[in-house]
Amino acid sequence: MSLGRILALLSRHMYLYKRSFARLLEIFYWPFLDLVVWGFITVYLEKVGMPVHGAVTFFLGALILWDVLFRAQQGIAVSFLEEMWARNLMNLFASPLTVGEYLVATMTMSVLKVTAVGGLMMLFAWVFYSYDILLMGISLLPFVLNLVVSGWIIGVLTTSIIMRFGQQAEVLAWGMVFLFQPISCVFYPIDVLPPVLQSIAWMVPPAHIFEGMRAVLTTGMVPVTHLLWSTGLNFGFLVIIVALFYHTFNVCKDRGMLVRVGE
Amino acid sequence: MPASDSMASPVVEVRNLTKRFQGFTAVDNISFDIKKGEILGLLGPNGAGKTTTIHMLLGLITPTVGSIHMFGLDLATHRETILQQVNFSSTYISMPFSLTVEENLKVIARLYELKHIQQRIDDIVKKLEMEDIRHRLTRKLSSGQMSRLTLAKAIMTEPKVLFLDEPTASLDPDIVNKIKSFLKEYQRSEGLSILYTSHNMREMEEMSDRIIFLQRGKIVAEGTAPEIIHRYGQRDLEEVFLKLAREQNGP
Repeated sequence: MSLGRILALLSRHMYLYKRSFARLLEIFYWPFLDLVVWGFITVYLEKVGMPVHGAVTFFLGALILWDVLFRAQQGIAVSFLEEMWARNLMNLFASPLTVGEYLVATMTMSVLKVTAVGGLMMLFAWVFYSYDILLMGISLLPFVLNLVVSGWIIGVLTTSIIMRFGQQAEVLAWGMVFLFQPISCVFYPIDVLPPVLQSIAWMVPPAHIFEGMRAVLTTGMVPVTHLLWSTGLNFGFLVIIVALFYHTFNVCKDRGMLVRVGE
Repeated sequence: MPASDSMASPVVEVRNLTKRFQGFTAVDNISFDIKKGEILGLLGPNGAGKTTTIHMLLGLITPTVGSIHMFGLDLATHRETILQQVNFSSTYISMPFSLTVEENLKVIARLYELKHIQQRIDDIVKKLEMEDIRHRLTRKLSSGQMSRLTLAKAIMTEPKVLFLDEPTASLDPDIVNKIKSFLKEYQRSEGLSILYTSHNMREMEEMSDRIIFLQRGKIVAEGTAPEIIHRYGQRDLEEVFLKLAREQNGP
């Protein structure tokens, strides 16, 4: 594994963000709009006296964490799309760059994106709604890290599908994560779901993470069971999904699709 | 080692290379060598298997059957070591549009972990007369300038083997001439081995030490340009090309 090649790939994306207004919008504008809309909803809920305990904390906290998952996934999937649109995959994979280095670079990219978006949303929430997510304390950190890993899993899965099926699947880079939203129980507790969906949700790491977040909010304690479940599931899924990516990459090389992806 | 022995040692050894795509055979049991310091021309009509062969040599397509060795190493098991010493340029590739020429070259230099990056970029930009476009966005380049950029990225890494897939297509005659002279001179001074494809037969005759003619994925002729012309009883390489291409495509 070469750090130099990983940094090379990161520098390529940094150059891109440096002068791309559309890509900067992705970091500043959409998260800001999300926060404004959900912020007003929570203000309204508090005004009409809806019986949601700590509505601001509940919804804005969930929204910021949802964006962590969303941007972590996008950091990987959109990075692949950028290479596909620029017809740059041949330049990359005809160089000494390995698949492992490519994945590490995109995962690092997703962490940078999450840090930028998360930081800005925290700032906006504090400025506009006097909401400080950091009050939840350090106990939230392991859940945030787990959420980033969940984003990687969905991102690598999305990338595998796009690599295999080409441009017709590129919409998944924005839509895939929403498939997991209902069973991730971002804005509601898991017991709201019908029993069948509850069984499925317990197999999804983000469901444990958002349940854990709510437990942190209400009790101030770290729910160790949820933390262990989310960590274990994330580890298992990450191994499976990375193996799938390698397999898909080899299938694409075998079928000559790597040189045609994006056409 | 005497110079003649060094010239004779193959740096690329391709044996029984075959690629089948769901019932269609794109490359059919071809074997060839490229010696150190040799320019091997790969000729053939569209669909003959030239680009698929180059993609297999770059590790972008997995062969169905056969082996590729470079510098005595198997590409299937020593990909990183081999690709560190290999590069390619093609009319059919691009570089990230939102980066400037210089930024793209910097990324490539980092990808190949080159030393003295800025100096190398300055050198290659000067050699390929790209000073006026080095800070230009890649999306604003003409097709000829883009060809020069992809050639610059290939040469900058100082490869020992270079695959050039129609590198002079869409360039004006003046720059084609300069690029050919540059490649010849660079190849002589560095002992570079080149696999070269082009649809310009005169260019092929000028550039190649030896030529392989592919037809429907098979090697149908191999030798120097005069040998091939003589074997087919034609006046020049273009006539040989037309004869073989019409055989492939039918009446």
